[in-house]
Amino acid sequence: MSEGRTEESEAFAAAPRSTTAPLRALLASPTATALLALCFVLALGFLFSGDGAFHKWTTHRDALRQASVYGILACGMTFVIITAGIDLSVGSVLGLVAVTFSTLSIHEAWPPWLAVPACLALGGACGAASGLVVAKWRIQPFIVTLAMMVFARGLAKTLSGGMKVSTAVQQADGSWTAAPVPGIFRLIDSRLLGDNVSVVSLIFLSCIVLSWIILSRLRWGRYLYAIGGNEEAARLSGVPVAAMKVMAYALAGVFAAVAGLCQAAQEQQGDPEAGLGYELTAIAIVVIGGTSLMGGRGGIGLTLLGTLTIGYLDKILSVNAVPEASRLMLTAVIIIAAVLLQRRNH
Amino acid sequence: MIFMAASPPCTPTPSLLRMSRISRAFGAQQVLREVDLELAAGEVHVLAGENGAGKSTLMRILGGALAADEGTIAIEGRPVRFRRPRDARQHGIAIIHQELSLVGPMSVADNLLLGHEPSRAGWIDRRAALGRARGALERVGLRLDPRRPVGSLPISSQQLVEIAKALSLGARIIVMDEPTSALSEPEVRRLFARIADLKSQGCGVIYITHRLEEIYALADRISVLRDGGLVATRAAHELPAGELVRLMVGRSIGEQAPRRPSSEGEVLLCVRRCRVRAGAAGRRPVVEDAPLEVRRGEILGLTGLEGAGVSEVLWALFGALGRRAEVEMEIDGRPARPTSPRAAIEMGIALVTNDRRRSGLVLSMDVVENATLAALPRLNPLGWLRRREEVAQTARIAGQLRLRCASLRQCVSTLSGGNQQKIVLAKWMATDPRILLLDEPTRGVDVGAKHEIYLLMNEWSARGCSIILSSSEWPELLQVSDRIMVMHRGRVAALFRGGQATAADLLRAAMGHAADE
Repeated sequence: MSEGRTEESEAFAAAPRSTTAPLRALLASPTATALLALCFVLALGFLFSGDGAFHKWTTHRDALRQASVYGILACGMTFVIITAGIDLSVGSVLGLVAVTFSTLSIHEAWPPWLAVPACLALGGACGAASGLVVAKWRIQPFIVTLAMMVFARGLAKTLSGGMKVSTAVQQADGSWTAAPVPGIFRLIDSRLLGDNVSVVSLIFLSCIVLSWIILSRLRWGRYLYAIGGNEEAARLSGVPVAAMKVMAYALAGVFAAVAGLCQAAQEQQGDPEAGLGYELTAIAIVVIGGTSLMGGRGGIGLTLLGTLTIGYLDKILSVNAVPEASRLMLTAVIIIAAVLLQRRNH
Repeated sequence: MIFMAASPPCTPTPSLLRMSRISRAFGAQQVLREVDLELAAGEVHVLAGENGAGKSTLMRILGGALAADEGTIAIEGRPVRFRRPRDARQHGIAIIHQELSLVGPMSVADNLLLGHEPSRAGWIDRRAALGRARGALERVGLRLDPRRPVGSLPISSQQLVEIAKALSLGARIIVMDEPTSALSEPEVRRLFARIADLKSQGCGVIYITHRLEEIYALADRISVLRDGGLVATRAAHELPAGELVRLMVGRSIGEQAPRRPSSEGEVLLCVRRCRVRAGAAGRRPVVEDAPLEVRRGEILGLTGLEGAGVSEVLWALFGALGRRAEVEMEIDGRPARPTSPRAAIEMGIALVTNDRRRSGLVLSMDVVENATLAALPRLNPLGWLRRREEVAQTARIAGQLRLRCASLRQCVSTLSGGNQQKIVLAKWMATDPRILLLDEPTRGVDVGAKHEIYLLMNEWSARGCSIILSSSEWPELLQVSDRIMVMHRGRVAALFRGGQATAADLLRAAMGHAADE
């Protein structure tokens, strides 16, 4: 390449390229390693199929359904982690929304078109509050969302009086009657397409698509990556850092609320203890997918793969009747293995 | 006669430290070339040189933070080799930086004895610790309760604590790198008195400063570094100020920056007042005042030595310092208040910072994403990314800048310094700015890219943009600028016309010497 003025097309062709480079780059990409982890777990499923249970479609349907609530939380978590933050409050917000949604739908008889937006707004408000404190007062996200985690759990218990909000309604004379399960609960907990696809799974997949649009197709998403990659450079490039952080946490709150709706519908009640510890599973999913906790790298596709990996792992262990205690320990090992696999990329 | 060779070499004053033929390169850039430095016991040896002359690199090698490619270090005649900072400390070398290495919330005593606590069977002996701390403080003339947290002390006292710490670890060679940059005049005098004590205790002090008055108040000997080489080592009384300045700047002018006709447009940017408070409480303001005017199509050079506040002026005009900065300015005769970088960008201001990896680029993103980051609202007014347009625009600008990269989807961290800098420039070209603030835009880029960046600046100014160019490469600054403003300790020290000043004029003004003599 000569030193003179070059045409545009030539200018980018200056560096030497080898034919194997794209292949190697593909194999080293986070997507490839996340897929590898998923394939490894699926291979386990074929090896230990639980007397053929793994080969049945319903097993896969249920694996996806059971992973969906975690996956929805992980979608919201992805936004926050991409900005190099963390949100520990999503499990508690899930519980708070489950209680609120049950109270509004069963006891207050709010119609779904009022109750659902109200619950989403509640979740979003919790997240936005965390985001405001993180962005404006520059307190570490870990601390702020830890506080929100405790607060939201307390609010859930206050609203429910510490009791599960169920369809059992106490009458004026002290007797208990069963209220009908609200239609919206039954809708969310149902299956479509000849019983083959759970509505909850569809909600999860919609969350994935929505998140993908925000992260990959909107200016906001680009800003979130920039903030996570180099906050100072982002600020000096005119990125509204504070507003974007508030948005990321608010989105995490909204997704936690969606998960809360699903949880309430599946359990047909609002349990103030619902979602306890779910935030850690959500973080594990995001990290297993390969989104960096340092921020700036990752994506929603990786979170989808991470959700499937964790979901299938859990399902395979349960169809093989591995006891709960061993399941937890095995999950821990898989998490570390997956993250070690990812680390080569960073 | 045979026995003479075996006897130890005899020198008139005992040599405490001798660095011989030290060389070091970073990549292709030779930053130190066979530098010799000698320090005697009881001597203050001033190390002088412009920004980038190699002073810091030499001291990092002495401190064990960096390995020399070639050369030897001998302490009291014995050769030593430092693999890590701890090795240097064990040989009695202490480096006092501008940023102190004390743990703020811990007490003075704990800081002094950190890692060397007197203990009995694993329990810290509090009384012995306090006693030792008091002794160490006395040596530097500090009278205070060693149980106070270090962070509660004024910066000058913290510095003395740091020196006391060095002495308590047995340091005999003390390097001070610009120790007075954050001190008031009385504090400076107090520090100088302590330095005199150190001399009388037989310590050697290597002192780095940019201020002439300090050099002549302290120095026994002066060594001048220029472009990585040692130019001279002389006794202070044999080296008058004029000669010193001449030695510091007298370098060959490398790449000739292209000259262009200077313009006489109307004033585009007029800064009436610019003040920047220090980041930490209790320090003097970084910028006291820097009023300036830039005409349409004009390139205003802005320079000063480290700590003069040059970068801070640019950041303040860009709204990047938030409430720390108080700026009153007008653009095109209308009052403008850049309260945030975003607001400044909307006014047509662009800032190229002096550290592209820290504040210029998002290294985890690709070329297109970086090059469009500042212009996203204008490229995608509805918030929906128009990726094809982004690529097309980036390709167009990259072509103008002659950017070399394998793909526009390449991660910018894999590109060379010059190409990374071009991406920073591309980012601002995309916003179509009227006022460009360039802070060391040619730092760390190769000669070819440097030339292209200067051509680009000429192109911008021909289009009627106003440019403020900060640079410590004075020959180039002199070539490119229409006028040059020199700052010293947060104030405007002098203003020169581009063609009429010399590097020596700039240096004299930057070091706080009166402009006309």
